Amino acid sequence: MNALTNIDESKANKLAAGEALPAPAIAGHEGSRTVRAGFIPLVDAAVLIAAAEFGFAQKEGITLDLVKDVSWANVRDRLAFRQFDVAHMLSPMPLAAMLGLGSNPSPTITPFSLGRGGNAITLSSRLYAEMQKEGDLDTGATALANAQALATVIRRARADGRPPLTLGVTYPFSSHNYEFRYWLAAGGIDPDRDVKLVVVPPPMTSDALAAGAIEGFCVGAPWNMVASERGVGRIVATKQDIWPSAPEKVLGMRPDWADANPETVSRLIVALAAAARWCDAAENRAALAEVLSEPRYVAAPVDILRRVLAGRFTIDPEGNQRVVDDYFVFHTGFANFPRPSQALWIYSQMVRWGQTALSADGLEACTSAYRPDLYRRALGRLAPPAMDDFAAEGAMSDDRFMDGHIFDPKLIRDYVEAFPVKATSLPHASLDDI
Amino acid sequence: MPHRDLTILVIDENAIRASIIEEGLREAGHGNVTVIHEVHGVARIIETLQPDVIVIDIENPNRDMMEHLFQLTRTVGRPIAMFVDRSDTASIEAAVEAGVSAYVIDGLRKERVKPILDMAVSRFNAFSRLQRELAEAKSALEERKLVERAKGILMKMRGLSEEEAFALLRQTAMNEKKKISEIAQSVVTAAGLLIR
Repeated sequence: MNALTNIDESKANKLAAGEALPAPAIAGHEGSRTVRAGFIPLVDAAVLIAAAEFGFAQKEGITLDLVKDVSWANVRDRLAFRQFDVAHMLSPMPLAAMLGLGSNPSPTITPFSLGRGGNAITLSSRLYAEMQKEGDLDTGATALANAQALATVIRRARADGRPPLTLGVTYPFSSHNYEFRYWLAAGGIDPDRDVKLVVVPPPMTSDALAAGAIEGFCVGAPWNMVASERGVGRIVATKQDIWPSAPEKVLGMRPDWADANPETVSRLIVALAAAARWCDAAENRAALAEVLSEPRYVAAPVDILRRVLAGRFTIDPEGNQRVVDDYFVFHTGFANFPRPSQALWIYSQMVRWGQTALSADGLEACTSAYRPDLYRRALGRLAPPAMDDFAAEGAMSDDRFMDGHIFDPKLIRDYVEAFPVKATSLPHASLDDI
Repeated sequence: MPHRDLTILVIDENAIRASIIEEGLREAGHGNVTVIHEVHGVARIIETLQPDVIVIDIENPNRDMMEHLFQLTRTVGRPIAMFVDRSDTASIEAAVEAGVSAYVIDGLRKERVKPILDMAVSRFNAFSRLQRELAEAKSALEERKLVERAKGILMKMRGLSEEEAFALLRQTAMNEKKKISEIAQSVVTAAGLLIR
């Protein structure tokens, strides 16, 4: 009897220890408050990681079970199929899900943004050298000047009969895709005709650049810094240059889960807001960098993470520095608020690049993906006033788009039409049907 | 009515697992199976192969690249769905849990695809069971070796017979509520420290 029990125990122990993919306990009734959260190893998962590591979740009675994953497609699918309760997601992902785009769209909402910032565009040192020859760029050149110099290089290359440049983004429905396209287009480059955009998983970007498989990429931290420190790339624009307010990652969840666990959702939002405020404080950044560098999280050198968090950039292999103020904003300026106008800006870019049509249904789908009501329910008076939910974006002097356009969420069609560079035929199917 | 043979593409970085799946598919009568171990150049392969079903392991970070590809191919008229019957959540959950993801040409009848997926899921599970058993067998062997060494040390240092040495280890394990291999490990470590 005893012997049998022993065998069972040791077997159970081994099973528990040896599994690469632990069998997911489907997190059920609200009583348990263990929240299983999927994340991709990036600096912008910091709020989730800090909430789990520094007691913010615990204080709200939540056990945050963080599970590292390898691809956004996985995060999306594991959330859809209940292996995760919530997930670190790209801000366009809930919209894509609600619009029925991608290969496994399943209802997804976000009541909380995980912060702004972290993205940058890096080009290969070889390509940048060519731009310098063409365009007389100095180290302080603006993001726009860099994009225009690249346009000149591309025109020359086409005239010489050279194949188009291959550039990397991380996912079709990603801030990186839209920011890269925005930057290219602002410089006069058509991202669908003049270059070839491919998807490269973030940890592979710097290798892909070194190997010449791609000539540039737009990706989150710390991968731009990793490439420039290795001497293979030059950072030519940061997200701050393109549009400072752009929402980066969000906390995604299934609407049915949010409905079934209202108390948990509210507590989680409170915990994450506290963690985000903590992440913003300069005196906590060293401790944050330390934790993020661990192999189970971002697994990158701690000194690089410290500099990335401070926005202190080594922009090129020569060691030239640039300090980007507010490169990472986790909390201040309502960085956690899922502002509907931002969701609609993302929608405008999906329309601009032909990923979807502009329609009344689409507008409704996108608005339903962002849930300021859940944020307000949890944080009450700490939320911005509802009258600003559909205010114009890019209108403030400290929050300009790089090309000076202003986004009015009530005039999406006009906004998209006004861009000189966009997908050739805008598919707006059903606006006339309404 | 006989169906056209389905063309199946298996993408798996793990060559052993891929061959296990391939074998399963062939046993089930699928002749048009292609296996690749890396996604480099997969776009061209998909273009020429025109697969009806793509099975890819879920731990492959290049899944995002596949998503991009399908986003592009969507416009050229071969729509691809993830899994064929979204209402069948139980089998989808089983697939995701097993580590299988699958892309299927839209419009294929689910009766034709389900057996393929079920097979992939069971082979994936069989493979992880195999790995687990191998790991268990390995650690059992290590433990046995450890106990043998501890017995040898006790026999030499305390002048015990083999049976007595084993009985002492077992009794100590029971008294301390530990596994016999843990006690053996302690003996070996202690001996390493004490004897030169």
